[in-house]
Amino acid sequence: MKAFLMHRDRDFDLDAALPPNSEALIQDLELNVLFNAMARGDRYLYEVARTAVLQILRGEEEVRYRQDILRDVLANPLVIRQLYDLTIETRERENKIHAWMYTHSPSSILARSVQVLQLFVVMLKQLKGIGTYNVQRFSSEGFKTLFAMLDRELKDDYFISIEDHLDRLKFRDGVLISAALGKGNKGADYKLRRPKDRAKSWITRLTTPKPPAYTWRLPPRDESGASALGELRDRGLNLVANALAQSDDHILSFFAMLRAELAFYVGCLNLREQLAKKGQPISFPTPAALGERKLTFSGLYDVCLTFKTDRRVVGNDLNADNRDLVIVTGANQGGKTTFLRSLGLAQLMMQCGMFVPAESFSANLCSHIFTHYRREEDVTMKSGKLDEELSRCSEIVDAIAPDALLLFNESFAATNEREGSEIARQITSALLEKRIKIGFVTHLYDFAHSVYDKNIGTSIFLRAERQADGERSFKLREGEPLQTAYGEDLYDEIFGARGDP
Amino acid sequence: MTFHSILFESAERRPPSDAFAPPDFFVDLNLDQIVAAITAGKEEYNLAPFFHWSLHDADAVLYRHEVMRDLEDADLLNHIKSFAGALRSMRETLKQAEKRYYRRQKEALFLDAVDAYCGAIDLLARNLGLADLRSRGLLSFRDYLTDYAASDRFTSLLAETKKLKADLSTVKYTLQIKGGAITVRKYASEIDYAADVEETFRKFQQGAVKDYKAKFIESPQMNHVEAAVMDRVAALHLDIFVKISAYCQRNVAYLDETIGAFDREIQFYVAYLDYLAPLRRAGLSFCYPALSSRSKALRVHDAFDLALAHKLLAERATVVCNDFYLSGAERILVVSGPNQGGKTTFARMFGQLHYLASLGCLVPGVSAQLFLFDRILTHFGREETIDNLRGKLQDDLVRIYEILDQATAQSIIIVNEIFNSTTLQDAIFLGTKIIERITEIGALCVCVTFIDELSLLNDHIVSAVSTIVPERPAERTYRIVRKPADGLAYAMSIAEKYGLTRRQIRERIKS
Repeated sequence: MKAFLMHRDRDFDLDAALPPNSEALIQDLELNVLFNAMARGDRYLYEVARTAVLQILRGEEEVRYRQDILRDVLANPLVIRQLYDLTIETRERENKIHAWMYTHSPSSILARSVQVLQLFVVMLKQLKGIGTYNVQRFSSEGFKTLFAMLDRELKDDYFISIEDHLDRLKFRDGVLISAALGKGNKGADYKLRRPKDRAKSWITRLTTPKPPAYTWRLPPRDESGASALGELRDRGLNLVANALAQSDDHILSFFAMLRAELAFYVGCLNLREQLAKKGQPISFPTPAALGERKLTFSGLYDVCLTFKTDRRVVGNDLNADNRDLVIVTGANQGGKTTFLRSLGLAQLMMQCGMFVPAESFSANLCSHIFTHYRREEDVTMKSGKLDEELSRCSEIVDAIAPDALLLFNESFAATNEREGSEIARQITSALLEKRIKIGFVTHLYDFAHSVYDKNIGTSIFLRAERQADGERSFKLREGEPLQTAYGEDLYDEIFGARGDP
Repeated sequence: MTFHSILFESAERRPPSDAFAPPDFFVDLNLDQIVAAITAGKEEYNLAPFFHWSLHDADAVLYRHEVMRDLEDADLLNHIKSFAGALRSMRETLKQAEKRYYRRQKEALFLDAVDAYCGAIDLLARNLGLADLRSRGLLSFRDYLTDYAASDRFTSLLAETKKLKADLSTVKYTLQIKGGAITVRKYASEIDYAADVEETFRKFQQGAVKDYKAKFIESPQMNHVEAAVMDRVAALHLDIFVKISAYCQRNVAYLDETIGAFDREIQFYVAYLDYLAPLRRAGLSFCYPALSSRSKALRVHDAFDLALAHKLLAERATVVCNDFYLSGAERILVVSGPNQGGKTTFARMFGQLHYLASLGCLVPGVSAQLFLFDRILTHFGREETIDNLRGKLQDDLVRIYEILDQATAQSIIIVNEIFNSTTLQDAIFLGTKIIERITEIGALCVCVTFIDELSLLNDHIVSAVSTIVPERPAERTYRIVRKPADGLAYAMSIAEKYGLTRRQIRERIKS
């Protein structure tokens, strides 16, 4: 039995290793803010959000499958939270059933397993009930499949056959165990057997010859004998105790899987509610295929910035369809970094099936999403800053593949402009040849302008604006790269306020 | 020719006894480490004595080269290893049988041991029959084994063992445990209940789950309840168990002595090849040296210190190889140069190569022409505290005197960093005296020293130097060369260093 709420044909893998670039993505796109908004302080929701968001989907169908489910979720928040709570209750009650003894002998494992199974019968019946009651209110393929599956697999006669096992496991006629001879003629391969049903008529019973049998009886006060006999019995019960305990675990992990997959959508519900409170719009994005080059949006804002400020966050519009390279230049604190982050975030959210923080958003899917940001702190004393940047870039080159998205922020500025520009040109042009989509925020005028002059048809240039009075609008406009970055403004602002040092 | 031994072609060549101590130079040359690593895990064969006994006869060395060449065939080596594994487990099983208390247990284990033996002989005979053997040793052993495997004595043992094992494996029974009573019957195909339970819950299966099976303490010894059950099982299958008892009494002495000795001695080769295997996988070369006891011309390519290579491999560090040669009247290599540059390693390598060659083993290197010596004499000075200068100098000289006294024109002398603690004047004086003396004897010699003057004393001497990277004097190449290297360094552009030029990226990213 599978929940299939994250993928049409496979489980959501909560333990999957995060992609190798995850640490950089989390840092550069400030993903922790997003995860926290989805988790609302719940550690588990946080874990699920992190895993689900970073494991991007690469097919349009896969994205739409989740989008449909998410639409159902947004329309039925109460049912979703009820289902989610049921999975949590099951886990908590199972947790409270302790093993009777600390010995972990097969008999005690079997006893606990029987108790747990009795609990699961109750919870499964409840789960099935919620589905039967609400099925009409859901229209996505994912939820329809889930409810139909519960209805099909958990019929009444199935519950009856489980109860039959629970009765047999009381062993009123003793246990019957088969064995063979192992190394050194020690008994081996002990297996519990179901005794053959007795012949129906007493005549048949009397006329059939009994097979030869030899019986040994435990002498009174033979304590070592008693424990040896108990061990033989345990050896016989071992496999069945294991089978039942594992079955319990399987049912438990079904609930766990259901919980994990619902948790992602509960996270989405949490995020939607908080954005609604701030009056920020959301929309379902339109994904295009990996090979296409699409990037068109309106009102795209940085969802992480929203949670760090009380002000409404300014959105940007862009039409960069059929472009491979977006180069952003312009004023310091002009919103370049925020813009790049909002781009990365929206791409990531789209690729895990979420809604995006924009009025509308359409982009091609990417095979991977990478960020290469200039790091403020020098990580090691050994390697210089440029060394550090280049070695990070080299790691990306190791992992990257065609149709990936790579966001550079102020990269290769740790050396003089000519050298930095040459490095940036070499890297960018090679990546473009390999069909990698690039967003590049840069102060490297030589680099930006050489790309502009060569008039490469697939690039688009954006500039951080500032008004004539020096105020920034935080809006980006299309425009050719300018040589100055308005650092003077910052100097005036900071030094002007304090006077000469 | 009848088979004698896989290590010694005939009884005359065998060492007088099996117990001799390692030679004096073992520690200096780190051969003790090498032999310890080779024989580790093979203690039951007591192989060390074979590694302590060097051969001085080119044909005896050749006898081993032949066997080792044959064993370099991976299939053949595996056949020998599985044979060894089978006999090892046979011995283990016999040991077990001795320790058991109940008769039925002893008998079952004895049967297993003989079964392992028969299987091993049978398999080895078949495998060797198909192998393309060249060596005198293995060809003659194959003849012996083939005769043995076809003998009546062996074939009837094999047949009877198989039959009884098969009979035992058919025994299957049930226990009905109720209260304090156990009833034993023959098994009558009752249904597996655990499978029944699994089937019911199959629909919930979600991949791997925890294993709840209890781990019972598997005492090999039966307890009295198990023995009582065993007696009843035997009573249900009386015919089988009577036959087994008779078999065990008849076959107490089943093992062939010559095959037992082969099993031990072939491990000399197996152990050595196993020790080389990881080094070879790491790209290091080994070769069969050409050996002469007349010509002192030496020529070695890409050799290395075996003990050091083994250690570096564990640390995933690179092994630096070295070449050297001596020709014409050259007899003495005087090695000087910066410290920590690989001089001592070079001296050890020189000694190891010659010693390993005298064992009939492969030696480190792509090719090697070496000298078949009568003895190796070493003196390795050690960094000492200044407290007892005079005492140490005296000890050094006493030791050097002994060496020069024993040395012949057929000997190899290795002196390493002696007189380090004396005054320069003393060191030059003593060093010169000793080198002159060695020149007179005509022995081959490697002398590691900080005294450059020693390399210029006469025409029998060749100077070699440990080298550095000229731009970064702190860096060592660990190469020892006959003349100073230029050490031309090349600069790489920083992007190139990270593989980030346009051309490099294009090659690195797969389309």
